[in-house]
Amino acid sequence: MTSRAILRAMVGFYIAIFLLYLFGPLLVTSITAFNTPSYPQAWPFETFTLDWFVALWNHRAMMEGLQNSIIIGVAVVALSVPMGLAASIMMNQIYARARGLFYLVTVSPVLTPGVIIGISTVIFWKDALALSDFTKSTFYNGLVLATLGQASFISAYCMLIISARLQRFDRGQEEAALDLGASFPQVFWHILLPFLRPALISAAVIAFLTSFENYNTTTFAILADKTLVTVIAGEVRQGTTPALSALAVVIIAISLAGAIAYEILKRREEARASRILEAGRIAEREAKAELAA
Amino acid sequence: MSSRFVVLLIPLAVIAIFWLMARREAATRGPGHRGYFDRNGALLGTVFIALVGFWTVFLVVLPYLYMVVESFHPRLIPSKRGGPEDVLTIAQYRSFFVEPSSGNWNTIHLWAFIYTIGVSVVVAAFNFAICYPIAYYMAQSGTRQRVRVLMLLLVVPYWVNEILRAFALRLLLASKGLINQMLMGAGITDGPIDFLGANVGLYVGLSYAYLLIMVFPLYNAIESLDRNQIEAARDLGAPWWKIHRDVVIPYAKPGIASGCTMVFMLSAGSLAAPQFLGGPRTLWFTSIVYDFFFQSFNWPRGAAYAFILLVACIAFVLLMLRVFKVSLGETIR
Amino acid sequence: MSASVELDNLTVRFGSFTAVSRATLDIAGGEFFSFLGPSGCGKTTILRAVSGFLDPTEGAVRIGGQDMSGISPNRRPTALIFQNLALFPLMTVAENIAYGLRVRGVGKAERRRKADELLELIALAGQGDKLVSELSGGQKQRVAIARALAVQPKVLLLDEPLSALDLKLRQHMRAELRAIQRQVGITFIYITHDQGEALTMSDRIAVMSDGVIEQVGDGKSVYDSPATPFVASFVGENNAFPGRVVSADARMAVIETAFGRLAGRNPSRLTAGDRAILFVRPEAMVPTAGAPEATLASEVVSVAFEGNLTHLYLRGSGKKEISLSIGRTAGFAMPAQGATTPASYAPEAGLVLPEGALARE
Repeated sequence: MTSRAILRAMVGFYIAIFLLYLFGPLLVTSITAFNTPSYPQAWPFETFTLDWFVALWNHRAMMEGLQNSIIIGVAVVALSVPMGLAASIMMNQIYARARGLFYLVTVSPVLTPGVIIGISTVIFWKDALALSDFTKSTFYNGLVLATLGQASFISAYCMLIISARLQRFDRGQEEAALDLGASFPQVFWHILLPFLRPALISAAVIAFLTSFENYNTTTFAILADKTLVTVIAGEVRQGTTPALSALAVVIIAISLAGAIAYEILKRREEARASRILEAGRIAEREAKAELAA
Repeated sequence: MSSRFVVLLIPLAVIAIFWLMARREAATRGPGHRGYFDRNGALLGTVFIALVGFWTVFLVVLPYLYMVVESFHPRLIPSKRGGPEDVLTIAQYRSFFVEPSSGNWNTIHLWAFIYTIGVSVVVAAFNFAICYPIAYYMAQSGTRQRVRVLMLLLVVPYWVNEILRAFALRLLLASKGLINQMLMGAGITDGPIDFLGANVGLYVGLSYAYLLIMVFPLYNAIESLDRNQIEAARDLGAPWWKIHRDVVIPYAKPGIASGCTMVFMLSAGSLAAPQFLGGPRTLWFTSIVYDFFFQSFNWPRGAAYAFILLVACIAFVLLMLRVFKVSLGETIR
Repeated sequence: MSASVELDNLTVRFGSFTAVSRATLDIAGGEFFSFLGPSGCGKTTILRAVSGFLDPTEGAVRIGGQDMSGISPNRRPTALIFQNLALFPLMTVAENIAYGLRVRGVGKAERRRKADELLELIALAGQGDKLVSELSGGQKQRVAIARALAVQPKVLLLDEPLSALDLKLRQHMRAELRAIQRQVGITFIYITHDQGEALTMSDRIAVMSDGVIEQVGDGKSVYDSPATPFVASFVGENNAFPGRVVSADARMAVIETAFGRLAGRNPSRLTAGDRAILFVRPEAMVPTAGAPEATLASEVVSVAFEGNLTHLYLRGSGKKEISLSIGRTAGFAMPAQGATTPASYAPEAGLVLPEGALARE
């Protein structure tokens, strides 16, 4: 055995251990979801059952929490993607000297522990919304506050994702459209937004998922309401039930399906891109041949 | 309420500074420069400003300032807020160091603070150590296809939320958990080992929760390193550890700073792992803050503690930036 | 429909840097006009001022007699072809061509009809539904032209549009551009650093250097009668012999150079004592002795045979190299490398100009 082969074997072994560390706990949890004992138990495996999935489905608080999580997630997407987009456009246009300050202000929530964002959101909006009875009764609730708290840092994620693509935007396209008679808003709708589309989609997906699984900020900002994650936290605090394992199985299944779908889409997109590239290459070759003839 | 009102002026001051900067710079711009509203149109321009203004002022700057202001106030029942007793005070910060009831050093909270910071530093270092080989493999030696599969595998557990992951670890590490079952089954120990009580669960939980936060910045940083540089170092006869020490790690510095900073911050601010995996006598700093809000309803003191944590985190970030000699922009991407 | 373009004392400054200085020029309607100069000479700045992306610091741009100040690029009767073409990659070829019509509120069917018409013009009929990236470089070029023509501009501005193509295609596209211009009959303003492009396509050329228009004229006059040392050295190859005028009359001047006394035409009416530069084109020189004040002694540094031409590189008494291009049919016996040979020219082929900056190599 050469030293290279030994090295390769060691690397493979290391990756296997790493993946075991990553997946082992989730795998064990998944097994407990299908085992009968009411304390989540992986071994000995008594009887196969789907009862815990039924229990999960009938868990009222979790279903309510799920509903709230989705509402908050959608609201966060609706708020964060436009705010992130506006901020990345402004950052692109802003004067160089102000850019540093702007960047610091917008990105600071990413570097702030979520707990602190939750606390500051509650403290501020409790006072701000107490200014009138109407705002207090309409907006001072967990759903609104959780949305605002989460949006403060999720917008920064969106901004970073969108900025990365915006930096590759060719200003020449903007000028070309203007020169052809487009107004600036038309340039925005016809040229810039289509160009940013992939970044906007990934920003929306990341925003929703981050919102959905957020705990640290939400646990403070949610007040008397609940989201799926805060319900789970309450359950785990009280003890453990295999219904939680069942939930983990569902989430893992959905993530896996999402990951596979993403991979398929990406491959299809790549195939399309390489086909177009190939077509361009063929056209180039034909043009050269024609010229030579 | 007066001090609370004063903070409203600070965002206005920030906006004014922006405006002045814009004015000054506009004067030095070439004649080709177009004004903001010329470029975006009146409607979109206004919408952008409104969105960014709402975010920065109402979601970022004002809440932070309010929290800081709150921390400099005494704890009062709602009806007394704004009354004569609502004065500025540093009592909440004093209480972090000196227990108000007894006048002794507040060793419990001070220790919790040091413990939280210390454990977070260790977790960041540990995660760097175990993630570096994976990131290096993915970035430099893995085939394209394999790296993509590995990447997907890494992402999937990440979408299982923090609490369920803590729950999963608890199932493994509990006294009736699988690991104790295995140890006893193999006859290594007679009785169960209390992993959770000994905080092993907490350490593993923190490391486990933020593995990916370390892998991706490292991967991104190492990925752009030209393979030829490594080949060249190898040709010159450098042993593998020297290649990493002299070529890869210096190059990946921004990624390392980014990964370590993020893991540290998330760990120091973590709530789930200490709540669900910590031993019963373990005091994590964020848990203390949590209790001020939800058990003793002492918001000002909770705000003061939160601010102390924030300052510690900022200090750590600045330290990392200084140590690694990278800029903030390189760290956050 | 074409329109004239007038630059009236046009000046553009960026801070303390003057990109264009007092450019005054009339371009007639329907003319193919080129701005020629090295990069950084200010030609692109002029183009941007005409298209409206830049506001002049002083002076004015008039199109069809109308002052353009304060009129934004989207309302000027100009269309610009960008150096990198700036085609919209997410739109099809037809959508690209019809974009100007779309923003003008033209209906879908009408847009398509117009796009097909233009595709016909650029010989890409039936390719409207392709994506831009499926086309070859030359095809993209033509799409960019069609997109600009779709809005029926009175003036078409072209910013080095051929620079991304390879040599053969570039030469082919020259003819094509010229043909399109004749067909549509509008004013073309063409920016280039390639003198071959400028000379072959243009009705008239403005040669620019450091923000100043050095000379305006048709290709022949710019080549044969350059007005300044810059133009003489930038347009075509030229041998430059700096020196001082020893004798001069209204027609000819003799200057003292490192190679001895040499004569040339004197259009600038220089007088004895003036510092001057004598220019002689390589193709005007022959490797034999001629008139005493048009002959210099030299050593052959190298001989490069290029089919129809042979290039001789000679070195005189100074370090300076002289180049000769000798046609095949001229029937000279080529001296060998290292040999000593006289070189001469017809005194009328020499041109004496007042001292000034040469084009950087």
